[in-house]
Amino acid sequence: MAKHRDELPSKIAIDMTPMIDVVFQLITFFMLTLKTVISEGDFDIRMPLGASAGAAPEDPIPPVRVKMTAGPSGERTSMTMNGQPVGDFDDLRRRVIDLVGTGPGSNADKTEVELDCDPALKYENVIRAVTAVSGMVQPDGTVVELIKKIKFAPPKKR
Amino acid sequence: MARKKSSGPEQTDIDMTPMIDVTFQLITFFVFTLNFSEAVTDDRIQLPMSQLAKPAEGPATNPITLQLMTNGKVIYAGEPVALQDIGGYLENEKRVMISASKEPSSATVIVRADGRSNTGDVQDLIKVCQEKGFERFVLRAEYDESR
Repeated sequence: MAKHRDELPSKIAIDMTPMIDVVFQLITFFMLTLKTVISEGDFDIRMPLGASAGAAPEDPIPPVRVKMTAGPSGERTSMTMNGQPVGDFDDLRRRVIDLVGTGPGSNADKTEVELDCDPALKYENVIRAVTAVSGMVQPDGTVVELIKKIKFAPPKKR
Repeated sequence: MARKKSSGPEQTDIDMTPMIDVTFQLITFFVFTLNFSEAVTDDRIQLPMSQLAKPAEGPATNPITLQLMTNGKVIYAGEPVALQDIGGYLENEKRVMISASKEPSSATVIVRADGRSNTGDVQDLIKVCQEKGFERFVLRAEYDESR
């Protein structure tokens, strides 16, 4: 072994160029495939065909009807819950909590919400209404779940 | 230029070690942030915001993503399709599912509708899906961290 070592040159120059080429290509690939993840979430809605004719017989509580009307540019002009006028989405949430209650003994699991919206209404209002009826975020960040069964009323003729 | 070159040393040894260190750190960062999820997103859609839009625990079963733009067109497989034509594409989806011996009712239709689109269009889209036998729908929203 010692004899071998003596024969070698004092410093071996490794050509780094190919490795750096590959490494930069890798970096470029990863940078271009980088996707910024926006946290998105889903709301389940119950829309089996044929169920729109009426509530299923196993539902003991009639559905909560939330009706929203729209102005000419799609803005929300009025909102009612079971025929009672509702001011805003926080008011809607309060009324839902009054109706079904929270914690043990809550009727939230057995209650269904039916959304009846004007066709021209901007869709973000629907999501805000769904958010209001499906739960609330407490100041400490925990979520109190309310009604999970949500469906749309049959679409109106336009 | 020629004078400068001739006056310099014959070979300059640049120490590559710090650059390679940094480069490997960058690679490690990008490898760890690599996102393998097949989530369909599109810049043409501005999702409505919701505080309760928490990411789902698991991937949806047999997902079909339909994205509704403000002009009433549906982005299906990256291409804008008119709402009245989406039925044909869904029929194909249904046929593919049945040939793979899966029920269309087991598919989850993910509705990514723009917050400024009309509710009527969303309802029409859902109705078309229902007519093709799809029953499970989720409305997608962006998580609102502001409150």
